[in-house]
Formats: sequence, C-alpha cells, structure tokens
Amino acid sequence: MPDPVEHAAVAEQEYQAPEAPRRTRLQEAWDRLSENRLALAGLAVFVLFFGVAVAGLVLTSGVDPVLDPAQIRLQEKLRPPLSRPHTELLTAEEAPALGVYLFGTDDLGRDVFARMLQGSWVSLTVGFVAVGISVLLGILMGGIAGYFGDRIVRTDRFLAVFLAGAGVVVMTAGSQALGIAILAGAVAWIALGSRIPRSAVLGGVSLDTLIMRFVDIMLCFPSFFLILTVVALLPASIYNIMIVIGLTSWMGAARFVRAEFLSLREQDFVTAARALGVGDWRIIFRHMIPNAVAPVLVSATIGIATAILTEAGLSFLGFGVPPPHATWGNILSDGKRFIFDAPWLTFVPGTAILIVVLSFNLFGEGLRDVLNPKLRER
Amino acid sequence: MLSFIGRSVIQKAVTLFFVSVLSFLIIHLAPGEPSQVDPLNPKFTPEMVERFRKAFHLDEPLHAQYLHFYSSLLTGDLISWKDNRPVLLKIWERFLNSLPLFVVGTLITWTLSFPVGIRSAIQRGGVYDRTATFLSYLLISIPGFFFAYILIILVVSRFHVPVIGMETFGMAEAALPRMFMDRVWHLLLPSVLSASGGIAILSRYVRSQMLEVEGQDYVRTARAKGLPEEQVHYRHALRNALLPFVTMFGLILPGLIGGSVIIESIFSWPGMGRMAYEAILARDYPVILTVNFLSAVLVLAGTFVSDVLYMVVDPRIRL
Repeated sequence: MPDPVEHAAVAEQEYQAPEAPRRTRLQEAWDRLSENRLALAGLAVFVLFFGVAVAGLVLTSGVDPVLDPAQIRLQEKLRPPLSRPHTELLTAEEAPALGVYLFGTDDLGRDVFARMLQGSWVSLTVGFVAVGISVLLGILMGGIAGYFGDRIVRTDRFLAVFLAGAGVVVMTAGSQALGIAILAGAVAWIALGSRIPRSAVLGGVSLDTLIMRFVDIMLCFPSFFLILTVVALLPASIYNIMIVIGLTSWMGAARFVRAEFLSLREQDFVTAARALGVGDWRIIFRHMIPNAVAPVLVSATIGIATAILTEAGLSFLGFGVPPPHATWGNILSDGKRFIFDAPWLTFVPGTAILIVVLSFNLFGEGLRDVLNPKLRER
Repeated sequence: MLSFIGRSVIQKAVTLFFVSVLSFLIIHLAPGEPSQVDPLNPKFTPEMVERFRKAFHLDEPLHAQYLHFYSSLLTGDLISWKDNRPVLLKIWERFLNSLPLFVVGTLITWTLSFPVGIRSAIQRGGVYDRTATFLSYLLISIPGFFFAYILIILVVSRFHVPVIGMETFGMAEAALPRMFMDRVWHLLLPSVLSASGGIAILSRYVRSQMLEVEGQDYVRTARAKGLPEEQVHYRHALRNALLPFVTMFGLILPGLIGGSVIIESIFSWPGMGRMAYEAILARDYPVILTVNFLSAVLVLAGTFVSDVLYMVVDPRIRL
C-alpha cells in the first residue's frame, strides 16, 4: 500500500507534467501575423506578384508569344491606357491579343502591358537570386565566424593563401610562368605546412577576426557606386547584375548569423548535443541554423525589396538587360522623355515597383514583429 | 581612451589598405582595357594606344601600377585620363556643387524626423502613429527616380518654375531676389528627394528609441511623482533617447561624397555623383578609384568619430 503523502506527490507531479503545446510554432506565428493587417496585405501582394511574374514569363516568351512585348506598331504610338487599337491600320498579327491597350503603348507602339509582364519576371528573379546568393554567403561566413571563430588561423597559412591569391592575380595579369610558380609554391607551403613545428610559427589570427575584418572592408565600399562600376565594366547581362548585387549585400546577414551563433553556441541544448557526441556539422545544420534563421529571414525579405529597387535604378541609368528585353526600370527610363505627353509610361512602371517593394517591406516588418518575441509588445 | 584611439586608428589604416587593394583589383581585372574604350574612333591608331598605355603606366605589372597610382594620389598630382586635369581639383569643384544639396538635405532630414518620430512614439498606436508609419514605408519603397518625376510634374505644372539644373540659363543679370528664388527652386526638389529616404528611416529610429526609453523605470518614477506629461516626455525620456543619435553625426559623414547618382543625373546637377557616373562610362580609372578611396576614408572616419562621441557622451561605455 503506497504512502498517502507520496501518492499525493505523484498525483501532483502527473498534474504538473508538461503538456505538449497544442499549437505548433507556425500556427502561433500565423495568428500573430494575421493581426497585422499591413503585413497581411504585403503577403497578398507578394503572392499576386509571384503569380503575375510566372504568368508573364509564360505569356511573353517563346517564338510566338501570346502577348508580344517586342511587337512594334509605329502607327499606334503613344496611345493612352485602355484605348482600343485602330484595327483597320493593323495587320492580323500586329493586333494586340487582348483587343485593348490596357496600359497604353510606348513611343514605338509596343504594348506596355506586355512589356510590364515581361519585366515582372526580371524583377522577381533579380530579387530572389540576388538575395539567395547574399543569404547563402551570409550564413556561410557568419556561421563560420560564429561557430569556428575561436580557431586560430596560423600566420604562415594565412600568408600562403595570400601568396596563392597573388599568384592567381599575376597569372591573369600577364606573366603566366611567374604566376604558376608562385601558386605552386603557395600550394606546396600549405601541403607541407603541417610538418612545420608549432614553435616555429609566428602566431596567428582567429578566424572570427579574419572574417569580421573582411566584412568591415566590404562595408567601406559605397554599395550602389560599386555595383554600378562593376556592372558597367562587365558585359551587359541580367545574371551579372544578380551576382553583383548578391556579392555586395551579404554583410548584414553575416553579422546577424554570427551574433546568433555566438549566443546559441553557449546554450544548454548545444552543450547537450555535443555531450551526446553529435558532430559539428549536424549541430550547425540541425540545431543552430533553425534557431538563427529568424533575423536572416526578415533581412532577406527586406533585401528582396532593396534588390528590386537597385535593379530598377541600374536599368534606369541604362545598365542591365540589353534593350529589346523590357524591365520596369527601362520602361520608365524610356518613358521619361514623354513625361508630359505620355505620363502613363512613367506612372505604370513606377507604381508597379512601388507596390511590389512596399509589399515586401511591409511583410518583412510584420515578420520581424512575429519572429522577435522581444519586440512583440512594442 | 588613448589606447582605444590608437588601436582603432591602426585597425582602420589596415582596413583602408585592403580596401585600396581590393578596389584596384576589381577595376583592373575587369574585362576590357581603358585604352580601348573607343575602338571605332579612326584617330585611335595602335601607336596612340601604345603611347596612352605608356603615359599612364598601363604597360607595367599590376603592383607597379598600384604603387604609381596611390603615390601620385597621396602627393596630389594624380591626373584624369580623359582631360589631363588633376583629379583632386576636379573632385573638389564637383564637391562644392554637391555640398548645398547635402547640407539642405541633411537639415531637412534632421529637423523633420525628430518631431515626427517623437510624436508617433507618444501617441503610439493612434491615427497619427499609423499614418506616419505607413508614409515612412511608402517613402522607403518608392524608387527615387519615380518620386523625382512625380515631384517634377507637380512643381512644374503647378508653380511654373524651372527645376532642372543648378540655375536657369541667363539668370546672372537678373535682380538679386529673383536670382535667389531661382536658386532656391532648383535646390529644393533634389534636396527634398535626397532627404526623403533619410526622413523615413530616421523617424522610425527616433520612434523606437523613444519607446524603449518610455518603458524604463525612471520614466515611470517621474510619472508617479506627479510630474506633468510634458516634463516626463521631454525632460526625462527624450534626453535619454537622444544618446544614440549623437553617434549618427559621424555616420552622415560618408554622405558627403558620392552624392546620389540617380538624382543628380535626373536634375542635371553637376555634382559628384554625376562626375562618378561619367567617369565610369568613360573608364576614367583614376577618378573612379579616387572617389572610391575617399568614400572609404569617410566611412572609416565616420565610424571613428561616432565611437569617440559615444564614449564622450555616455559614461557607461568604456571600450
């Protein structure tokens, strides 16, 4: 027969046993997000934009697109929005598929609606690919700095890598033989480096210092000017723009991830995982990144908005996608000469950029409030 | 304090060195040669290209070019490849043109952001706060060039004043008040544009800073001992909320150089941004690299100034 006091204690323990939360984190986040009407509207516009961009790709590409953004109709130039085409002046294949110029026509009689559709895909891919590159790079750099930051990079290794870089530079810049010699020397140095006794090494820099100083260096560049320079020097292509925007905007993500990793690394669940013999990489990917991803997600959402704005700015200045292809920036840039006669050429793409960028910004801010419990009450 | 200053100066010098190396490499390893910028020009014979390469040390190895470049930059006799004028002089002239834009833009930003941010913090959640929040998102999201055209259409069709360029042609003989008004109109739009993004960001920052302080215990104490609301907000909360903004004086320093490429090219404003843009188009490497170098110097100086200011203002910080 059990002791009554003990029995009561057991019952109480059962009563206090932790109940599994009935709602998942995702559901809770969704509840909080749906209280923020601006963020919800942002999400809705974002989904709509995604659909429009995909539809735009399908409808305007290929040999015989449904809506031809490159069809020139000189007899129909600068028609205002919602005007009907003069069918008697057009051949059958020149006639617009919708039977109306929804957003008007430009100075060559091209259908602005079709061009906007074509441009929406460019904006979408630039935003996502550039931010994808910057987020991956940011997580990589920040993760290494945060998790392996204590490791010392020995000065001699550092010098060897530096030498290898110099070798590559010399090779591309001219004298090939010298470059290859330097490169081979550096590789040999790295390969044989572990044989050098530790006492002979001058000391070193921690990996964290190395990476964060590199971040500082990157932050010194004026970003739009740097992007402009590189894009102007490289051959005009949309992929170059995505890569350059991505490579110049990863520093924020790296700092966030590093800060998160530094605090997560000291937490009990990581110590527990390590005590169980879980490997470094599994700890990083399975335990730390899911906990560190919130601020990165927010900065990525806002980063997409910034990337779309940057691309539009570059197109506006005449860099970027080569001319026959339409982007929102170059529709606006072409239309600026007719600003008083054909204001729709300015207002249609401008408003489109504004709405898309605004929706990303609002959604990102909403996400920040949802994911950051400290800000919740503010 | 002294050791902090010493350490950070050394650190910034090292950073600056790497920035200079990196920007030099980016420019010189990009495909294409500056001497071939105009291959269709019949006057550009191979001999001329050769002479050009020799005159600007382009035939030497990269590290020698680097030394040539930065030593002539530091002694001040670096010349532009396009018109053989000293680069620093060119930048100085354009800088003087950009300066009024920068000063007026910064003044507008700082005088508008604080009242807006403080009021939205005090009336948190109210109509004013929500309107200001939405407007600031709108200002952050609007592409500068689109906003510029909206303002141009508005101002030109409503007030019938010319706004493109720095002044109306032939205004030199006009009476002083007219000339002054002309300059003001020309200055107004570009500076409002360059301030717009700043207002949005800074006012949000003021708001969140103010809210943070309003939640502190000493503000509750002040309210509990019966001080009037005005005094609680402006004496106790605002003064403490202002601390981080002292550091921002350092961070506006980089805005001095560079200017805005897009705004200056829309308004045909002969400032630094336009010059940098033209230099990029013409592959005028000395100008590009110098602008880059100077802006890196300003960024580093700015962070340095803000660190030192923070230490001076806030006794809790001891680095």
